[in-house]
Amino acid sequence: MEKITFASQLMQYLITGLTVGSIYAMVAIGFNIIYNVTEIINFAQGEFVMLGGLIMVFLHVAAGLPLLAAFPLTIILVTLAGMLLDRLAISPIRQPSVLTLIIATIGASIIIKGIAMFIWGKDPFDLPAFSGRNPIHLMGAVIQPQYLWVGGFLIIIVILLTFFFEKTIIGKAMSACAENPDAASLVGINVKHMILLSFSLSAAIGAVAGITITPISLMEYDRGAMLAIKGFGAVVLGGLGSFPGAILGGLILGTIESFGAGLIHSGYKDAFALIVLLAVLFIRPSGLLGSVEVSKFKRF
Amino acid sequence: MLRIGKLPITFFALFIIVFPWIARVIPGIGHYPDLLIFAGIYCLMTMGLSLLLGYTGQISLGQAAFYGIGAYVSAILTTTYGLNPWLCMIIGMIVAAIVAIMVGVPALKLRGHYLAMATLAFGIIVFIIFNEEVEWTGGPDGMSGIPGLSVFGFNFDTTEKYYYLVWFFVYAAFIFTINVIQSRSGRALRAIHASEAASNAMGIDVSRFKIMVFVYSAILASLAGSLYAHRLNFINPTTFDLFFSIKLLIMIALGGMHDIWGAIIGAFLITFLSFEWLHFFGEFEVIVYGVILLLIIIFLPHGLAGIPHIVKGWLRR
Amino acid sequence: MNEKRTENILEVEEVIMAFGGLVALINLDFQVQHHTIKAIIGPNGAGKTTLFNVITGSFSPTEGTVRFNGKSIENLKAHEIAKLGISRTFQTIELFTNMTVLENVMVGCHTRIKSSFIASGLRLPQVKRKEEQMRSKAMDILEFVGIADKYNESADSLPLGERKILEIGRALATEPELVCLDEPASGLNETETQAAADLIRRIKDKGVTVWLVEHDMKVVMDIADDIMVLNYGEKSAEGPPLEIQNNPKVSEAYLGGGEENNA
Repeated sequence: MEKITFASQLMQYLITGLTVGSIYAMVAIGFNIIYNVTEIINFAQGEFVMLGGLIMVFLHVAAGLPLLAAFPLTIILVTLAGMLLDRLAISPIRQPSVLTLIIATIGASIIIKGIAMFIWGKDPFDLPAFSGRNPIHLMGAVIQPQYLWVGGFLIIIVILLTFFFEKTIIGKAMSACAENPDAASLVGINVKHMILLSFSLSAAIGAVAGITITPISLMEYDRGAMLAIKGFGAVVLGGLGSFPGAILGGLILGTIESFGAGLIHSGYKDAFALIVLLAVLFIRPSGLLGSVEVSKFKRF
Repeated sequence: MLRIGKLPITFFALFIIVFPWIARVIPGIGHYPDLLIFAGIYCLMTMGLSLLLGYTGQISLGQAAFYGIGAYVSAILTTTYGLNPWLCMIIGMIVAAIVAIMVGVPALKLRGHYLAMATLAFGIIVFIIFNEEVEWTGGPDGMSGIPGLSVFGFNFDTTEKYYYLVWFFVYAAFIFTINVIQSRSGRALRAIHASEAASNAMGIDVSRFKIMVFVYSAILASLAGSLYAHRLNFINPTTFDLFFSIKLLIMIALGGMHDIWGAIIGAFLITFLSFEWLHFFGEFEVIVYGVILLLIIIFLPHGLAGIPHIVKGWLRR
Repeated sequence: MNEKRTENILEVEEVIMAFGGLVALINLDFQVQHHTIKAIIGPNGAGKTTLFNVITGSFSPTEGTVRFNGKSIENLKAHEIAKLGISRTFQTIELFTNMTVLENVMVGCHTRIKSSFIASGLRLPQVKRKEEQMRSKAMDILEFVGIADKYNESADSLPLGERKILEIGRALATEPELVCLDEPASGLNETETQAAADLIRRIKDKGVTVWLVEHDMKVVMDIADDIMVLNYGEKSAEGPPLEIQNNPKVSEAYLGGGEENNA
């Protein structure tokens, strides 16, 4: 057994923080994808993560599907949930305003949460780690193999998204929509489809976050709201709409939370991220990487 | 011209006054006055939120925090320090007002999503404090032994007595709110909703008015919290969680947020849904609330109070 | 109060307005005399709207001073400037669409007839009196601008010309000494333009100074006592209408190439 020193403890907080932060970053990326196309902040973003975790538990543990089958199937199912969200809650609204869209996504989030409670009950579920639970030791800190999976998937998501937005036609069309929806529809881009696509994509990323974090922190029906607001904290910290900002914001937020819980008061673990969110909103709402000038011209 | 008719207000007052007698006579609704106590407590909060959200256009997803502040200030000061409950109620309102100013000054500079998230975060932080400051609040177990209310030896110890007490406050707040809406201040609030730039150009101090309404809504919520605590004699944090803030939002969305009557209608309906009609669903009632919220936003954006306008529109055509 | 009572109601001195690297106003100097109509003309992007926003307090200038009746106002907020006696309209009409015509004007009375939140809530006797006072004052203004018959209609339902008129009426309700009009005739037809021009003259006759930005040269030449031409953020000419009309610099900068301006 290695001795637990203060330094190794700090190392441990950092590693845990970066892992949780990667999840926040994924949620934040999901927020930004939808926001950039629609200027909607999807308050149900956290529910995708929760659904990802619980559906994966169902397919992999309860139904016994192998990991490699359950994983993509879960993503597909959550993506369908994202599409349903757009079709049933967002697109039917005739006079969308910030307020009605906030209320609609909140409504959707409590419906999803209620259905999850109906299906899975209130108990938390565990998922076997992807490659076992034999920890790796680094400078006195313990790294679960699953931590690496979480970080790895964040990197994969970033690479795929970069490729998608920069190299594919659909991705470019989506970026065009984000910049100027009117012009985009003039050149024949179907904005409605792009919105649907943004919800699908963001749901899929949420699913990955849920699947990868469940072996570490378990998953239960009511985790969505807190994940959403922390993910939004990451969004704001990094600057609304900015993808590098979302990643940086997520990692910083996760680290602050981990150190705060470890060094100050574990009961206030959830409060740290929220206090950071409030501090950023009150002091520099444009975030670390967002431009103050641009934020003034945002419609909402 | 915005005029809130006097006749419905008078009828409503009469209905509230005679209702306990009606409830005694008609079989099966004997417990309704008890429900109306809760409806009244919710009305205090929805009226404030209606003024803030419906009239001024500023969202708050943290109203449960002020409700909790009122309840906990009353509970802590009466049980731990043995202070007079009425005094505690006033202290609660002052504390809520101070917190509202501290949060409102920076938060109300934000708009739309940012304001929603900031108030949401504030609400959750306060909820966490209720859970964690065990020495003060009793933590998740809550606090019991909160005394009832009395005045000069007259105890509000029965449902009917408490009913009239609560509705006295609700009615006073209702009249006050209606008067504000139909005055210079009310016009300023609606002006802010329509155009902040034009409001500024008319000499309206926009941020001051926003904060004033936020504080007013916080004071009403705190009063509601104190009345809740003294009625149940027991409180715990779950009453003041995020979902309650959302429930308030559902109430005014259902009733109609651009009309003060919407606040009353919504509070009544959701009270009866939660305590009476949705028993069958148990905890799955949240699904029903979510569906209600979505349906209202999609099909009745002005809520139930907007129906007369829609009907009028049809008739004119 | 020992404010220097100058003959100029508004004095703009060496105002620079920069947004990041973009300089919208360069060393701008001009005055507006009491009881006159002063017009600002210039091509799109000349900085007219920026100037408008600097004077009415939406922006603070990067450098320079703006004096109203001898008092510096460049760092005041928009609502404070309104209280001092400068009122404005908006290019992209900003009426309170959730209110009636009368209520819109009553909001304009906000700074002059006061009753507090609490007094209103308690419906103290003076509140009722003041409410009546506001109402009758607002009605008077609607009579003056000529849309009194529509007092109870929704502001949203008025045609464009009347919405512009209502905005002017609302601005007058703040009892301004100086009223700033942002393109009062844009989008109006011949008759409506005539009505607006007529109204602006009557406002001047009431003793209110008018400062306006306008594209319609006919209106400007017709009603203005004094014109300033703005080009690329700089003053390129200033003087009475006849002089401006005959100034070759002006026709080059604006009259010659400015016909496409109707954004």
